[in-house]
Amino acid sequence: MIDLQGYGPRLLEGALVTVEVALLSLLLALILGLLTASAKLSRHWLFHRIATLYTTLIRGVPDLVLMMLLFFGGQIGVNMFTDWLYYEFDVDIFININEFIAGVVTIGFIFGAYMGETFRGAFLAVENGQIEAGRAYGMSNRLIFRRIQFPQMMRHALPGLGNNWMVLLKTTALVSVIGLSDMVRIAAEATKATHEPFLFMIPVAIIYLLIASVSEWTVARLQKHYNVGFGEADEWNN
Amino acid sequence: MEQLNAWFTELLADNSIFTADTLGYYLDGLGSTVRLVFLSLIIGLMLAVPLAIARGSRRKWIKWPIFLYTYVFRGTPLLIQLYLIYYGVVFIEGIQDTFLWAVLQDAFYPALIAFTLNTAAYTTEIFHGAIKATPRGEIEAARAYGMSRARMMRRIIMPSAFRRALPAYGNEVIFMLHASAIASVVTIMDLTGAARFVYARFYAPFDAFLFVAAIYLCLTFAILYLFRYLEKKLLAHLKPING
Repeated sequence: MIDLQGYGPRLLEGALVTVEVALLSLLLALILGLLTASAKLSRHWLFHRIATLYTTLIRGVPDLVLMMLLFFGGQIGVNMFTDWLYYEFDVDIFININEFIAGVVTIGFIFGAYMGETFRGAFLAVENGQIEAGRAYGMSNRLIFRRIQFPQMMRHALPGLGNNWMVLLKTTALVSVIGLSDMVRIAAEATKATHEPFLFMIPVAIIYLLIASVSEWTVARLQKHYNVGFGEADEWNN
Repeated sequence: MEQLNAWFTELLADNSIFTADTLGYYLDGLGSTVRLVFLSLIIGLMLAVPLAIARGSRRKWIKWPIFLYTYVFRGTPLLIQLYLIYYGVVFIEGIQDTFLWAVLQDAFYPALIAFTLNTAAYTTEIFHGAIKATPRGEIEAARAYGMSRARMMRRIIMPSAFRRALPAYGNEVIFMLHASAIASVVTIMDLTGAARFVYARFYAPFDAFLFVAAIYLCLTFAILYLFRYLEKKLLAHLKPING
């Protein structure tokens, strides 16, 4: 293995932390995105308002500010809540907001807003006739979602989701600022100790590019999967 | 009005955090952020236009280096680029003997260089996409009029490409504003830096960060409305008749 003045193994551990943060926040973002999209498409005005407020506020504030708000303020907020629980109900719990949780939750929340917009557009792109046909077959709403809406929606959503994922991956670098030992933080520490910025920053940049290439390949494969049955039509359009 | 004034004084009098002193920090931070974002966007734009044209060149030795540049700068986090330039600039051979050293010692300029290179890479790709999307009919018409390549670029392709790129460029401006928050990591007292300072001094995370979030939100909306206005003015001819 490449030694990098003894920092090589730690850098790899950091890379693993980066990937963990990225994948977990992706999961949270996808769930929040689906919820936001269905809230925005629902007929109830309250859901619609809440979802719009969420996406507008989140997309108007820098990710670093949100992350610091949650990391520095989150513990105070959670403590206030657990204190209240203790006094009111005599329930004694302790929740610790560490860098990892703060990072994953913030990034998940930020990209949930972006994913919500992507999903909303994709759901609207599925023709109504498809849903009506499903209903005519006597399918339940859940079955329609699973068998008709979701697979066809994914075809339209994938390019947007792929882009969001690439931005999300780069955003994980910010967790180093609040103190999580991802590969950026380890590279920054190594730089300060050895005064060799290029030796550590360039490998980190290369790892980011590698992860991005692997993701590009994965998205292309998924695209192929969800495009089944549409391939010929797409070729005609181009 | 008097009532409002009295109410405002009362509001501030009761407040131990948002004194004139701390508000001054925020104001200085706002100045830093705006200067940093504005300068990097302007310089980035000036770099991106020729790069975008060259990116569409048929010659490989022109096309490929620009592609590599945009790929690397768009594929890695801005924080890494900032660290590389901030820590790396010291190691350029002999730089400490030149006049540049006095400039580069301040964290502002390495940050400006990193932000400029980053936004130039994104803007190059935005304009390249817009140039590529020029309708073929427009180019054929220009050719039928006997225009040279340079004149066609100046009179036909660039004006329409600029308009097509406007919405995407607006997003890039907002992205840059938000990305500039990381300048506080390399000791620059921008808006986020001011918020971190106020937080550290009073240990009041909600006050410090929610206030700065509100300022960023206002800036974002200002940019959003500016671009919406520009789009309405410049893209009026592309709207559907009944729209």
